[in-house]
Amino acid sequence: MMRKSTNWTITILVALGSLFILFPLYMTISIALKNSEEMARSIFSLPTGLHFENFKNAIEATNFFNAFKNSAIITICSVGFILLTNSMVAYAIARNMEKKFFKGLYFYFISAMFIPFQIIMLPVVKVTTDLSMNNITGLIILYIVYGLAFNTFVYVGYIRTIPYELEEAATVDGASTWGTFWKIIFPLLAPINATIGILACLSTWNDFMLPLILLGNQDSYTLPLVQYVFQGQFSTDFNLAFASYLLALSPMVIIYLFAQKWIINGITQGAVK
Amino acid sequence: MAKRRIAFYLMTVPALVLFFAFHTYPALQGIFYSFTNWDGYSASYDFVGFKNFVNIFKDANVINSYVFTFKYAIVTTILINVLSLLIALGLNSKIKFKNFFRGVYFLPNILSVLIVGFIFNYLFANVFTVWGAKLGSEFLSQNILGNQNWAWIGIVIVAVWQGIAFNTILYLAGLQTIPRDLYEASSLDGASRFREFWSITFPLLASFFTINMVLAMKGGLMVFDQIVALTGGGPGRATQSIALLIYTGGFQGGEFAYQSANAVIYFIVIVVISAIQLKFLQKREMDL
Repeated sequence: MMRKSTNWTITILVALGSLFILFPLYMTISIALKNSEEMARSIFSLPTGLHFENFKNAIEATNFFNAFKNSAIITICSVGFILLTNSMVAYAIARNMEKKFFKGLYFYFISAMFIPFQIIMLPVVKVTTDLSMNNITGLIILYIVYGLAFNTFVYVGYIRTIPYELEEAATVDGASTWGTFWKIIFPLLAPINATIGILACLSTWNDFMLPLILLGNQDSYTLPLVQYVFQGQFSTDFNLAFASYLLALSPMVIIYLFAQKWIINGITQGAVK
Repeated sequence: MAKRRIAFYLMTVPALVLFFAFHTYPALQGIFYSFTNWDGYSASYDFVGFKNFVNIFKDANVINSYVFTFKYAIVTTILINVLSLLIALGLNSKIKFKNFFRGVYFLPNILSVLIVGFIFNYLFANVFTVWGAKLGSEFLSQNILGNQNWAWIGIVIVAVWQGIAFNTILYLAGLQTIPRDLYEASSLDGASRFREFWSITFPLLASFFTINMVLAMKGGLMVFDQIVALTGGGPGRATQSIALLIYTGGFQGGEFAYQSANAVIYFIVIVVISAIQLKFLQKREMDL
């Protein structure tokens, strides 16, 4: 078959479309690097000098490194435990679907996908406060538990495509159920773990509502929550605000720049399966 | 063998307990409180039967929030799906720098919705207005977010800007599952591009279309972060979504029980819509 040459019309259309995506990001970077005088001359122009003092001020004003640390701890712990525990639960369900208990559990968990968070939002604050869990630890536990609905669905679907033979061989060799899961099944889950890990990482890192309603102590605030809290103070100084926004967005953007292909492929693979 | 069975139960029981404690139990509590008059902090409360539910249907603020949320969710869902399908088709054709553009279009998906909202808030107030003034349009030179009738369009723009990223990737994944030889056959038959899309591409994307419609609609009905960042529900209550109303009324307005009733109704609405959507779209999938 003849290989068609590049379609330039579509290339140009796609390029023009991408400008819509890039423009707000260009503005963010450019405003973050300007000072108010440059802003007064033109909002659109490139910054003439690089005003890194905006970043210094933003770091001090919002206690950036503390919020970064909180977001990082919450995301890493949540994603780590989600991958370890949710996959294990799904394994037990997937291998015992013929039993009523496990089948019931499966539908119990996935039915939660249809329950809007708002119905539990008000009482969950009461429950977590009563248990003194309105802190980072409590938040991590909630992320792990709430992940079950969607993740059980995805993991069970995937595990059922893995043939029994491997496990049977391991059982004959005397491996326990736990041993079989960790040594044989978990490594086979790598592709779907990538999908679930990436999605969980993005949603936890960028989540705003759960930290907003749950975290009582300002020292435990996450990056998005800090932007919200300081919004009032930012309103007079746009350059400071944008430096702070850019700082808050940058960790994920930097990871994305390096792992772009891997992230997109991870999500694509999950979607096809 | 008994040991194996016990191990399987041990694997699920902690998850079951935690899930019940932090998901089902609060949900049941929410339903319980919806029949009381609790304000969220008093020591006592009384049962009021269905009074909250009756009042919700008479509450202009609640009706207003439902109208806004549905209008917003439907328009956003349609725009996101049309645009992301077009972009996915573009990215799937023979273009230069394919991986670069794919990376650009997916970029918004990794950004915090709240912070993107703050950035657009500034752009609406200080940048788009300058363009509007240059175009000499009085309408475009005012901040759309400050306009009672049009603020919702501003929120739609931001949600679409960010929302197309994920759906584009899903459609692109779908397009890559379509075997190339189908197109070769159709081009031999002399089918037009347009014909090709409706007879081959679109039917084979059916399951991806279903998922994307349901995801976008669900996201639209739950809208919260964008509104906090862009309008705070204003001007007036013009852009107060259901989620925002439950949040502000429940936590700040002393309406814990009343907003719990609102949440119960909202839950029923979401379940009904998801069920209808799935049934309707899956039936269409079968027909094809």
